[in-house]
Amino acid sequence: MDENGHRGVRITRRTVLESGTVTAAFLLGGFPRFALSAEESDAEAVTPVSVELRVNGQLHHLALDPRTTLLDALREHLALTGSKKGCDHGQCGACTVLLDGRRINSCLTLAAMHDGEPITTIEGLADGKTLHPLQAAFIEHDGFQCGYCTSGQICSAVGMLSESRSGAPSYVTENLAEAQSGLTDSEIRERMSGNICRCAAYPNILAAIKQASGAPT
Amino acid sequence: MKAFTYERANSLAEAAAASAIPGAKIIAGGTNLLDLMKLQVERPAHLVDINRLPLDRIEDTPEGGLRIGAMVRNSDLAADRRVRQRYGVLSRALLAGASAQLRNKATTGGNLLQRTRCYYFYDVTKPCNKRDPGSGCAALGGFNRIHAILGASDQCIAVNPSDMAVAMRALDAQVETVDAENAPRAIPIAEFYRLPGDTPQIETTLRRGEMITAVTLPPPPAGQQVYRKVRDRVSYAFALVSVAAVVDAAGGTIRSARLAFGGLAPEPWRVAPAEERLLGAPASQETFDAVASDVLDGARGHGGNDFKIPLTRRTLRAVLAEATPT
Repeated sequence: MDENGHRGVRITRRTVLESGTVTAAFLLGGFPRFALSAEESDAEAVTPVSVELRVNGQLHHLALDPRTTLLDALREHLALTGSKKGCDHGQCGACTVLLDGRRINSCLTLAAMHDGEPITTIEGLADGKTLHPLQAAFIEHDGFQCGYCTSGQICSAVGMLSESRSGAPSYVTENLAEAQSGLTDSEIRERMSGNICRCAAYPNILAAIKQASGAPT
Repeated sequence: MKAFTYERANSLAEAAAASAIPGAKIIAGGTNLLDLMKLQVERPAHLVDINRLPLDRIEDTPEGGLRIGAMVRNSDLAADRRVRQRYGVLSRALLAGASAQLRNKATTGGNLLQRTRCYYFYDVTKPCNKRDPGSGCAALGGFNRIHAILGASDQCIAVNPSDMAVAMRALDAQVETVDAENAPRAIPIAEFYRLPGDTPQIETTLRRGEMITAVTLPPPPAGQQVYRKVRDRVSYAFALVSVAAVVDAAGGTIRSARLAFGGLAPEPWRVAPAEERLLGAPASQETFDAVASDVLDGARGHGGNDFKIPLTRRTLRAVLAEATPT
């Protein structure tokens, strides 16, 4: 069992796929009991914290075990499973979301630390049925294989392009004193190094990001 | 993760007082603390969140330096125009550390206090004098490729993992704090860290309830600033060896130099005799070799990390050559 009280709750990808009604019921019910989160051994010691999470423009009032990471709050309490739990230690980037427009690892922060702050996940990038340009570019360039890292890659790339536009330098920026001169391949690789792709779709991820950045691919 | 209670501090005094309670810890960016809490290496009973405190400004000081609030994020500090133009070594060191996502969260104060990445410190099934005083050191006879060659003890050979602190050491930064009674103190970074000796669990000279509020940089020293980091991957990896250098040279002669090293020791490492040797010395291979010997005086490998001795020598030579163009 993990600390979010998943003992006895076994939802596999298959059961979800086979049972759309179960999914719908959870969504309507907002994961009420599923969301109880405390190790049984010290459940009594836990005082829930009240958190208002503002995710993709929607406000959610939650009472959470203080241990709940932002990633677990999104996935297990708000059913926003687009953000992925890869390593859960800030090493892979699969959990990347945008906090006030800036990319962060949602696994390495507590939900309680983000009361009222605007959070954007992969689910919030598209404009209705129109994909975000980076989503469209990833599809066009086949920027994935298994797809597990993809939502993190895309959220990270959204944050990266905004950092780059604001003139933020990177480790490979030659002249730090000057404004950053443009997104070369090595700039994009360095700036995206916090997102690991075990399928090694890197060349296509690079091509997708270049296209979305407006650079010739 | 062990259960804890959570509070959001509304003032500096409140935060310092709350953090003085045994079992309490301050959480800032959280990128290192939460990682360690998940592994139960850190087990605080209470977390004091200081993210809403107004410690996120970078201000010019009357002396011509900069005062960096403890909550300034690593990415913001690296991108600050004043830091990029006047303290390039610091900007480059920050950008060499972690990933963009982590730098967006990690703070100036938190970076100074980040814990070692020694595998055995992280593995709670192994003895570690830093994590569990008196239990022994698994790194001494284990895999110690990333470990210290300088400043270590027979109790602990872990290295400080920070890039930022190495640059700050070269820049003679001061760490500003307040204690639970709100009394301020300024600690030169040279006196901020403690070598492991017989108490590797104590890493800094901070007292209980004392909280970092800012880091002050004196006016930028003259000369060229370089940060070079050697690591297993080209990006997003801790340093095996890193060098922060500020070297003032003209016409092939070195007027002054500061050298700080990461990846070699339990704290950012600086060697006064090495810097003194560079004063007025010709920028030559012979000088660089002699300086490397000064830096490596007393260096000792533990098997897996023996390579760091020649690697330091070569990296330093390259840095000094880069900083003294002919």
